[in-house]
Amino acid sequence: MGTRVYRKRKCVDWVMRSWCIVATLFAVVPLFSVLAYVFVKGIGGLSWNFFVELPKPVGELGGGVGNAIVGSFVLLGIASVVGIPVGVLGGVYLSEFGSNRFGKAVRFCADVMAGVPSILIGIFVYTLVVLSMGSPSALAGGIALSILMLPTIIRTTEELIKLVPTSLREAGLALGMPKWRVILRVVLPAGMSGIATGVMLAIARAFGETAPLLFTAGYNRFWSASLDKRISSLPVQIYEYASSPYEEWHQQAWAAALILVLIVLILNVSAKLLTSSRSHAR
Amino acid sequence: MPQTDDEQHEPKPQPRLSHVAGGKNIGDGVFKWMTAGFAATAILVLAAMLIQMTRASTLSLQRFGLGFLTEKEWDPVHEIFGAFPFIFGTVVSSVIALLLVIPVALGVAIFLSELAPAWLKKPLDLIIELLAAIPSIVYGLWGMFVLAPWLLQTIFPLLAKTLGFLPLFQGELQGSGRSMFAAGIVLAIMILPTVASVSRDVMASVPKGYREGVLALGATRWETIRVAVLPNVTSGIVGAIVLGFGRALGETMAVTMVIGNRAEISASLFAPAATIASMIANEYAGTSEALYLSVLTELGLVLFAVTLVLNIVSKLLVWRVGRMPGGARSL
Repeated sequence: MGTRVYRKRKCVDWVMRSWCIVATLFAVVPLFSVLAYVFVKGIGGLSWNFFVELPKPVGELGGGVGNAIVGSFVLLGIASVVGIPVGVLGGVYLSEFGSNRFGKAVRFCADVMAGVPSILIGIFVYTLVVLSMGSPSALAGGIALSILMLPTIIRTTEELIKLVPTSLREAGLALGMPKWRVILRVVLPAGMSGIATGVMLAIARAFGETAPLLFTAGYNRFWSASLDKRISSLPVQIYEYASSPYEEWHQQAWAAALILVLIVLILNVSAKLLTSSRSHAR
Repeated sequence: MPQTDDEQHEPKPQPRLSHVAGGKNIGDGVFKWMTAGFAATAILVLAAMLIQMTRASTLSLQRFGLGFLTEKEWDPVHEIFGAFPFIFGTVVSSVIALLLVIPVALGVAIFLSELAPAWLKKPLDLIIELLAAIPSIVYGLWGMFVLAPWLLQTIFPLLAKTLGFLPLFQGELQGSGRSMFAAGIVLAIMILPTVASVSRDVMASVPKGYREGVLALGATRWETIRVAVLPNVTSGIVGAIVLGFGRALGETMAVTMVIGNRAEISASLFAPAATIASMIANEYAGTSEALYLSVLTELGLVLFAVTLVLNIVSKLLVWRVGRMPGGARSL
């Protein structure tokens, strides 16, 4: 009797453990499938010209996504100029002064904002900026991306600046420095790698975003340097290519996706390495 | 939080130090208020989004009212706008995703938090993180050209043969495979990292002593998990699932590329459908008509309201676990 109960318990234990292992294996499959397809299908389309040329019309071989790559960086540049200072200083507030009600409200809103579907940011910027400017523009796209980046930067900056040891702050204060100088000269430099991590994660996320750009930055087949004109970006370019009926363009979409995935993964992995080397140092 | 009260640390004001006034540095106040201003943008932007989107959809709100939500017809040419097909598509595709993702994500979370050997934890964590990092558009591309054709050729016939007595799995097996079912699968893959990692975090917050106590009574590993871990984190796991559901409802690009985009309500999961987000992605830029734009904005507002509520609910649920006495780490 006792052994039967025992055997049943063992059996249940085995089944549940196997379920966990199988589930984990199952979860890994899509990642490898996606990465393998992007790599195999995309690698054939990569060449020097793919990085520097403009898209060619249907039927002509070759062509590239040079304008989209430049466009992505222009958009991120605008987004960073707006988003990084606001996000980092907001994060500093939360970490250094934010244990009050206002701080809680900000934290709450930032978390909620991180969960708002990104296409809604597109609508917001469209009704606010695009309608008043008359057409989609690099500026509008950059603003949309900066809103997208804001919650990530605020929250990671806060978390990682909090890790700066209190003794450092106290040492600064003991020297007679006012608090604001302690924060700017001691806390921020010490937390630099943490801030860099947050910024990198936010940029990685913004880099791959398509939905908020669809109608704020739009799509442009040509080089564009002005902020009030439509500008192409890598993700939107992939979308244009993928939804076209042409086989050659699908090939281009895979190649562009390979570039996108590589950039995003490199950003993510280096952000990860930054934090782990940091936690070893402490 | 460091205790850095200014009065405590700074010396009493001395006549020589002209920049120190009344024990407080003026710069401190300025700095605090300046950074507070930047922090406030998080609140302001969220509020501005809500106000601006409501304003932009006034035209539609006044004209159609709440009947908009239940109207089934969608015919922009004749100015008949019903949101129901999109609400239906959004909810059904997300529910499919949840049904698929819950068993897998919980298995992953339990494995990562309770069972995995230490050497395996780091690489698995990284894999889950990378899964979350891959852009939506890349999942869409993969779903469109790899998953959908594969479903059409292998999975749909199989389901039709075995479960074909259900209306869910009836319907013609033609076209591109872009369907409600394909959207559900892509969504499941995309929300897996969210649900798994939040669940893992709440499980890891259970104090070690709970597990040791149960193990010491002779329980197996699974019994330990069932008795010591899961009952303490139920609300957190529900929170993780709600968060995943919110993500699934609002996911745009990948869904737009695999769902087929047809404003119809069909019982068959093999049929194309449309979601609120996919509709906005397809139509928003192409219209210049004020009413149509306003209708689409109202669709967005509905999505906004629902995801807002889900996010808040999920946050409260996960917080409850974080407040557990003696928790290993706060969330």
